[in-house]
Amino acid sequence: MSIFLDYLKAFAVGGLVCAIAQILINRTKMSSARILVLFLLIGIFLEGIGVFGYIQKFAGAGITVPITGFGSVLIKGAKEGAKIGLLEAVTYGFKNMAGGLTAAIFFGFFFALIFKSHSKKA
Amino acid sequence: MEDKEYQEYVHAHAQKSNEFVTLLWAFCVGGLICCIGQAIGDLYKYLLSDWADDRIAMLTSMTLIFLGAFLTAIGVYDKIGIKAGGGSIVPITGFANSVVSPAMEFNKEGIVLGMMAKMFVIAGPIIVTGTVASVVFGIIYRIIEVAR
Repeated sequence: MSIFLDYLKAFAVGGLVCAIAQILINRTKMSSARILVLFLLIGIFLEGIGVFGYIQKFAGAGITVPITGFGSVLIKGAKEGAKIGLLEAVTYGFKNMAGGLTAAIFFGFFFALIFKSHSKKA
Repeated sequence: MEDKEYQEYVHAHAQKSNEFVTLLWAFCVGGLICCIGQAIGDLYKYLLSDWADDRIAMLTSMTLIFLGAFLTAIGVYDKIGIKAGGGSIVPITGFANSVVSPAMEFNKEGIVLGMMAKMFVIAGPIIVTGTVASVVFGIIYRIIEVAR
């Protein structure tokens, strides 16, 4: 039953984050790049003020799967690195982002080579 | 009600219900993607029980990025995106889509200046924002750490 509740909370919070983005898209005609940057900054802000962990404890993947999770992981890296030295403080954020970035770039390259574009313009 | 007034009323009402439908789609698709992410994370936690939480989290987001990239490559993700809007943009799968989609589209303009360069039209701002923010926060945290 508690597992069901975990998924319900992830669904509700994740859905809410996306619905907020949709409101912004409807009202301001923001492009997807701007939306992604905005939600990344929200994640960075929430982690920066130390609230993100509490939301994550409640919502699980509902807050980490949206791009806000990317922002949180960055700042967590910076926090972790700052305990070691200045060099680590400025680089550990990127280090934490490396997994997602590597996957996106590698699969982007790989799939672009083997699949034809589906866009109508092609 | 006057004819014109009625038309305006209908128009306003239709727009409102349209907006509600887009929100419902974004909510459901976004929520569903998060549940899939939760399921992948739970599966990895079960299979790789000796892994630390942050490694599980990284592998989970890489898996989601793979799925987003693959669904984009076979043309399914953009079809979901037409209905889901924000529900398909904001999750990490949307980030993958924002990399793969232009990479595929501009592949015909050459591999170096087409695919490799245009891959970052949407992802670029995200990488720059994230890197700059993590450097700024890193310096602040380091100052606090040293001052202690």
